[in-house]
Amino acid sequence: MDLINLGIKAIFIENMVLAYFLGMCSYLAVSKKVSTAVGLGSAVVFVLTITVPINWVLQELVLKEGALTWAGDQFATIDLSFLRFIMFIAVIAAMVQLVEMVIEKVSPALYGTLGIFLPLIAVNCAILGSSLFMVQRDYTIGEAAVFGFGSGTGFLLAIVALAAIRERLKYSNVPDGLKGLGITMLITGLMGIAFLSFVGISI
Amino acid sequence: MSTEVADKPVKEKEKSEALLSKRRRRFVSDPLNDDNPITVQVLGICSALAVTTQLSPTLIMAVSVVFVIVFSNLIISLIRNLVPGRVRIIVQLAVIATLVTLVDQVLKAYFYDAWKVLSVFVGLIITNCIVMGRLEAFAMGNKPYDSVLDGLGSGFGYAWVILAVAFFRELLGSASIFGFKVFEAIGIENFPTNGLMVSPVGAFMILGIIIWVQRSLTGYVER
Repeated sequence: MDLINLGIKAIFIENMVLAYFLGMCSYLAVSKKVSTAVGLGSAVVFVLTITVPINWVLQELVLKEGALTWAGDQFATIDLSFLRFIMFIAVIAAMVQLVEMVIEKVSPALYGTLGIFLPLIAVNCAILGSSLFMVQRDYTIGEAAVFGFGSGTGFLLAIVALAAIRERLKYSNVPDGLKGLGITMLITGLMGIAFLSFVGISI
Repeated sequence: MSTEVADKPVKEKEKSEALLSKRRRRFVSDPLNDDNPITVQVLGICSALAVTTQLSPTLIMAVSVVFVIVFSNLIISLIRNLVPGRVRIIVQLAVIATLVTLVDQVLKAYFYDAWKVLSVFVGLIITNCIVMGRLEAFAMGNKPYDSVLDGLGSGFGYAWVILAVAFFRELLGSASIFGFKVFEAIGIENFPTNGLMVSPVGAFMILGIIIWVQRSLTGYVER
């Protein structure tokens, strides 16, 4: 039950985009068409679901203070947590590379549409952010996996919703200065207000 | 008139460029307004807005980002001819991650309270697209000194936007500036604070409005 609640929290209440502003770059850049938004969103879900548990293992077995005890007693006092950023970003970059190769093999069409944005998943703040939150909140491995999947799904939900709105927006009359980024920001704000109504939901 | 110029001896060597020539001043001044990384290029919004509820964490974040941009630009520019094109992204990420780790450890040592709040977001400077973007677009092809200026420009362009957002959010959301209760000081009791400004929604709205105002002034229209 706790895991379900954690998933709901990650998807709706603490949505990566709408509550923490993470992943905004690709969220703004790839949200012009629903089809590409779905493609990128799914790739993010996949990468997040895999990298958060991997980083959890890394944190527990290598980086945490005293984590190296398994290698021998003389390592018990070593604290490598300052290496966290470099190790996490390396795992993420490697996973994104893998996803890129898989997509290129399985669906060349999607690979073509996503283009430059696939490698950019590596510098998507939502992914590094989830791993860092996972450490900060002391999740267990099960919670880490659910949290990774939930944050990814939250991102997918937000980017697809925004893409759907922006497809309609093409036909509306927006003031010149507000076109593009400005109106997208305001819409994201409105979506944020809508998502505020989920606060407090639990099963 | 032109003969007088021709009579002068032709300069043998090209004079070295002034330390702050017009071209170089533009590296710093352009990103502040016309080519602002946040409001025009749409980069680096990710890690920034989350810290903008209060001014003081925002200031720490802004200083950290300026530091990371300037020094990563400098380092990448120094080694740009040694790095093979295929591995440049990894090299850039490694340089950025090292600098961010440095910032994180300094904060942990000297500003422990701020570090407890900010640690996750300081880590997210690694994935701040502005840093990567400047390394790719500028430092890989320019001399170290120019790259430092470019880094300063982008850093300050980023800093003023997030400080402006934080100013309005703290003023309207908590009725204070840097924790100082301004409205009570000037005699307005019970200033009605707006809870929406403390929530993330306020940041989206204020940034949207800043973009609107700025683009109306500069006449930039996105197609």
